[in-house]
Amino acid sequence: MSAEKKTITLNMGPQHPSTHGVLRVKLELDGERVVTAEPIIGYLHTGIEKTMESMLYYKAIPATDRMDYLAPMSNNLGYCLAVEKLMDIEVPEKVKWARVCLVELTRVASHLVWLGTHSMDLGAMSMLIYAFRERELIIDLYEACGGQRMMTSYIRIGGLASDLPADFEKKVRNIIKTIREKMKDYDKLLTENPIFIMRTKGVAVISAEDAINYCLSGPMLRGCGVDYDVRKANPYSGYENFDFDVPLGKNGDAYDRYLIRMEEMRQSLKIAEQAIDGMPEGPYRAHVPGVVLPPKEDVLYKMESMIFHFKIITDGFKAPVGSVYQAIESPRGELGFYITGDGTNIPRRVRVRPPSFVNLGALPILTEGYLLADVVCAIGSIDIVLGEVDR
Amino acid sequence: MSLEFFIVTFVKIALLIFVLLTACAYSTYMERKILAYLQNRVGPSYAGPFGLLQPLADGLKLIFKEDIVPDRVERITFALAPVVSFIPAMLIFAVIPFSSEFDLFGLLPSPTEGVISDLSVGVLFIFAVTSLGVYGLVLAGWSSGSKYSLLGGIRSSAQMISYEVGYALSIVGVVLVANTLSLTEIVSLQSGSLFNWYIFKQPLGFMIYIVCAIAETNRAPFDLAEAESELVAGYHTEYSSMRFSMFFISEYANMLAVSAVAVTLFFGGWAGPFLPPIFWFLIKILAFMFVYIWLRATFPRFRYDQLMDFGWKVLFPLALFNIMLTAALEIL
Repeated sequence: MSAEKKTITLNMGPQHPSTHGVLRVKLELDGERVVTAEPIIGYLHTGIEKTMESMLYYKAIPATDRMDYLAPMSNNLGYCLAVEKLMDIEVPEKVKWARVCLVELTRVASHLVWLGTHSMDLGAMSMLIYAFRERELIIDLYEACGGQRMMTSYIRIGGLASDLPADFEKKVRNIIKTIREKMKDYDKLLTENPIFIMRTKGVAVISAEDAINYCLSGPMLRGCGVDYDVRKANPYSGYENFDFDVPLGKNGDAYDRYLIRMEEMRQSLKIAEQAIDGMPEGPYRAHVPGVVLPPKEDVLYKMESMIFHFKIITDGFKAPVGSVYQAIESPRGELGFYITGDGTNIPRRVRVRPPSFVNLGALPILTEGYLLADVVCAIGSIDIVLGEVDR
Repeated sequence: MSLEFFIVTFVKIALLIFVLLTACAYSTYMERKILAYLQNRVGPSYAGPFGLLQPLADGLKLIFKEDIVPDRVERITFALAPVVSFIPAMLIFAVIPFSSEFDLFGLLPSPTEGVISDLSVGVLFIFAVTSLGVYGLVLAGWSSGSKYSLLGGIRSSAQMISYEVGYALSIVGVVLVANTLSLTEIVSLQSGSLFNWYIFKQPLGFMIYIVCAIAETNRAPFDLAEAESELVAGYHTEYSSMRFSMFFISEYANMLAVSAVAVTLFFGGWAGPFLPPIFWFLIKILAFMFVYIWLRATFPRFRYDQLMDFGWKVLFPLALFNIMLTAALEIL
């Protein structure tokens, strides 16, 4: 170490209480002020993309759960929509509405975890437990649907894994009612809390220009006032039928992003309510023999269904030659799946555009020149999931 | 100085240390239980009825843990730091009047006053001793040889120095009103009626005192020195076993101490109707401890620079204003 070195190097993570998993940030500190910040990733690398390239199309769905484990339904949906686009499958109306309902509730669940951990990072410890308490309702709904609480794999190619449970509507209405009620408490605890405002206002600011240059998406981009939401820009799964607002920020600071995510939760509840109100009747899977699994009831009683079931499970289906890109608005931003089919039953290439990874790239801009405590605030307000960053 | 004086004082000291250490242990229980109820949880419930033996279990665990001393520490300072932070926390209680005159159910030959030492400069003694506590944290941070500890130590020293000023000045108001530095006299001046309590004469002083007291004791929302989401554990990151628990105990002893000072200066000390004075003293302290825990469950943490700004730019002028106001009113 040279004598004139005036800064200290602080290694934050990969084992650190508020790096949300195994993010490592190499900080150069001048006192408590951050001179440079360098995010170092890869500690959770699991090779999910490569794994998906060696699997039958439908078998890759559980792998998508494990990327953004806080929003499994969104990942399922993104992947399934991409494969459906490649295979040119049109899903029934009911499936579209059910998917929208589930994905929006997933957004609420994911934002609740973000809310809890972000405020925990800022020292408001009770919020973590309150947020997880409400999230539990949504996790219970997952369990009622597909039997899994976190790694749902409920959305499948061409439909859903099984029909919606009988009390789906009742459960969803209860979730909507409860969370709407509890969000008033959150507002009292945080939104109007002077300390919280002091900690987040004017902290981790990014300009709209930088945000676009860094290719940010989701609340990170909308926090700077850029109106881009995949649900509005390129509607998928029938989002054009729903009435909702896309909240926008002005200053691009952590407080604006906080307000946006809180408003997104309200909007998501509104969308879920519309979806449950207008849920059409119909089958829960598309009828595409040889590609989409026939319903389980048919498999037990119909010969052809059983053969197709057996064929799809063992051999999968052959995808045409060609590439598709399908993006959805995941809780963290634009989640895209790029899939290249080569005529076999295994994709040639699967590439994910992970919103967390891209958003994390802006960490140096968000933290340099701020204090050490703001680094924690910045990481929290990016809302990263390391499973998705490293894949 | 008779033999009786020595024996009685010794008994009082032994009793006080015993009660204080138990109180520290059960403050952790109280904190965990109340936090749990504020957060929809149950809290400790396995060790003993209602988890009442939890502090004992925690203590045993900490005693039997290996005492790890990392390679790069300054050994002497590292070993000394927990003690340095622990002793001042206990010392404050030497001058706090915890009861009126008592004879311990007739065990003592003659009634004795309910304070270990009735210093005529008790308030000054408190200032002096509370300022010493910070050395423990600074030394711990510096000697640990870890960057997180160092940052925690620096934070705590900066924080304590800035809040020491407001802390001391907020009490000056009370001294002006009471015209004495003896805590026993301050308490007896407040007895008789609820409205004799100095909180009614010094509301602003009390507000400043309580904020500074929380900052002095490194508690949420001012727990920057050990902010676990930023500095892992701050100054005591490298500590383990009993050394760690000494920091832990001194934190709670400090909380109890500043609560006791607040009760003595603003809430009439042991004064109260019906119940024996010692009970009133304890009830008032418990109420303060509850406020501490309540704040911890509710507020986010301040940032370093905001904390300093708040101390120097808000509390310090306010405390000065309070002194001038009090002095002016006293002259009139």
